[in-house]
Amino acid sequence: MRSIIKDGQVVTDSWAVLRPDENGKLPEVAPERDVIVPFSAWKAEPSAWQNRAGQVAVWLAPDDEPGELAGHLTSFPLLAVDFPAFTDGRGYSIGRLLRERYHYRGELRALGDVWQDLVHYLWQVGFNSFEIKEGKALEDALKGFGTFSERYHSTWREPEPLFRRRNTNHKSVA
Amino acid sequence: MYRYDEVDYRIVRERVEQFRDQTRRFLAGELSEDEFRPLRLMNGLYIQRHAPMFRIAIPYGHLASRQLRRLAHIARTYDKGYGHFTTRQNMQFNWPALERVPDILSELADVEMHSIQTSGNCVRNTTTDAFAGVAADELIDPRPYCEIIRQWSTLHPEFAFLPRKFKIAVSGSVDDRAATLVHDVGLHVVRAADGEIGFKVIVGGGLGRTPIVGEVIREFLPTRHILTYLDAILRVYNRYGRRDNKFKARIKILVKALTPQGFAAKVEDEWLHLKDGAATLRDEDVAHYASFFGAPAYETLSPNPEAFTAKLAEDRAFARWVEQNTRTHRQPGYRSVVLSLKKTGVPPGDITAEQMEAVADWSERFGFGEVRVAHEQNVILPDIKESDLYEVWQLARSQGFATPNIGLLTDIICCPGGDFCSLANARSIPVAEAIQRKFDDLDYLHDLGEIDCNFSGCMNACGHHHIGNIGILGVDKNGEEWYQITLGGSQGNHTAIGKVIGPSFAQADVPLAFEKIMNLYVEQRQDGERFIETVRRIGLEPFKERVYAKHH
Repeated sequence: MRSIIKDGQVVTDSWAVLRPDENGKLPEVAPERDVIVPFSAWKAEPSAWQNRAGQVAVWLAPDDEPGELAGHLTSFPLLAVDFPAFTDGRGYSIGRLLRERYHYRGELRALGDVWQDLVHYLWQVGFNSFEIKEGKALEDALKGFGTFSERYHSTWREPEPLFRRRNTNHKSVA
Repeated sequence: MYRYDEVDYRIVRERVEQFRDQTRRFLAGELSEDEFRPLRLMNGLYIQRHAPMFRIAIPYGHLASRQLRRLAHIARTYDKGYGHFTTRQNMQFNWPALERVPDILSELADVEMHSIQTSGNCVRNTTTDAFAGVAADELIDPRPYCEIIRQWSTLHPEFAFLPRKFKIAVSGSVDDRAATLVHDVGLHVVRAADGEIGFKVIVGGGLGRTPIVGEVIREFLPTRHILTYLDAILRVYNRYGRRDNKFKARIKILVKALTPQGFAAKVEDEWLHLKDGAATLRDEDVAHYASFFGAPAYETLSPNPEAFTAKLAEDRAFARWVEQNTRTHRQPGYRSVVLSLKKTGVPPGDITAEQMEAVADWSERFGFGEVRVAHEQNVILPDIKESDLYEVWQLARSQGFATPNIGLLTDIICCPGGDFCSLANARSIPVAEAIQRKFDDLDYLHDLGEIDCNFSGCMNACGHHHIGNIGILGVDKNGEEWYQITLGGSQGNHTAIGKVIGPSFAQADVPLAFEKIMNLYVEQRQDGERFIETVRRIGLEPFKERVYAKHH
């Protein structure tokens, strides 16, 4: 069991993230264990994964196509997106697509190079759980949520952009 | 001008505190160099040859006099008493200490300024026509849209880590003075047959290593859709732009790979799901932003007052300056004044703290406290009465701003080059100066007429050499500085990429090559033809022959 951040709290978590080794082979895990498997592995044999005793979730690499999951989203209690390097911003678009275009409602987790200075943006585009990079303190990452108290854009968290809210306020004053 | 409300202030102050904390953690060893680098770049901070180089955003080139005074204060307190205007209408300081940057940011926040996204792989400062709001040929004032885009791009959560930098330009006039064809995205105003105003959307233009003129991916986008459409473009780029090679990571490479039609189809598909969403601009939203850019309290004046025309008649130097360094205004009796930052012997775009304060004073005394920065690296006083021009000219002369060379060969667009920049292959400032000295005869310079001369110290092309009528590129040959000359580039509605005329020149030979090129132009030009027109008509060959001839 390790700790992650979920909905702004530090919680213990039992999901095992399966990553292929250098030969492309996934580690063995007990069938009752809850696992997050690579999207490519799930696509290869979806029913085999679905028939395990434990729960199965999928993680997407930056170049995976979230649209391919569109018909299956209700069957996953959790989806994850991997950030192999924090400077690779593709996962932010995947988050917004899953939430806004494909209407995924379950837990959305950020994996990989994830830490304090990134959680605010990730939260805005729809991620609600965070496996913080090894060596970075979860308590520091928690501070990241409070960095900004406002933002300009239409986001999944707050679809009304500031200019619309501003104008509504403007009018009520007038 | 746009004024911050409580929320704008809060966001900028929170960004200052975030950066203060990031700097602290870096200095304490909690953030590695690899972790801190992208974070500091996103806040305009480079580590350069002498010290950090710090770039401050001047959104779409607009400055209030109090902001200019604050920049002067920063130049004096944290730097060596001067700053440098860039081709993105921003200001750069070359000597601040890393530890003091958070304090500079705090000083900037007081006057509604910041350095957010002035560098890094994110959406940069949006630029526009320096004469926005005063130009006679304007269809719409682009500034409300620039401000809307500024806010949209500021800390956008989806697009903080793009494959590469991303630059947007907006032009609201028929004549494109914002270089929309050489930006990652250019929005150029168009009026539809039914009178509706919208933007032509141009994507994938740019200079740098792979200079390319942008492609129109949508002929008409109603103005209310600009943010959802930008979201769609950026999303396609963010997901599919190359990340394996930084030299192939700009959107232009993706547009080329997918073809403009293929790229446009992907954008339209993405846009279907964003169109008419909450980010669609309502009339009242645009009206809110437009309310900040209303016309100032102009006086009702007759054009060409006696006091002005009399001075024009009696003082030839004044008349020359008016002709070259002022622009007609939509308001009768007013003109826009371009203060030249291209005096020989001063690095192009450099301005001292004292000069900044003088400009701030004049903008209040003669105008409405507003100043513009042009992407050609000059400063503009947008609203000057014709009857005040003589006095403004004398003041400008006293501060070294009145070189009557705007648009002429010595009004060189120039990057800081190898004297300051660690990316540069060659120095640009001394070579620009040598060219200015070669053409210091004003009569000759005026006779040569309009010539855009652009100079970059390396192929990153910050000096936009590709779109100079005559361009210079610094190149490295076995550790020595050499200079390549291009001809035929141009900006505006007929944007073109210049072509290299042949082997590069040693530093000392550049002015001579320029002289040969200009001599040939003078011999060949036909009835009032501008330099670029002669180059287009006769082609490069005669210039090559003249420049590289063994005997002369």
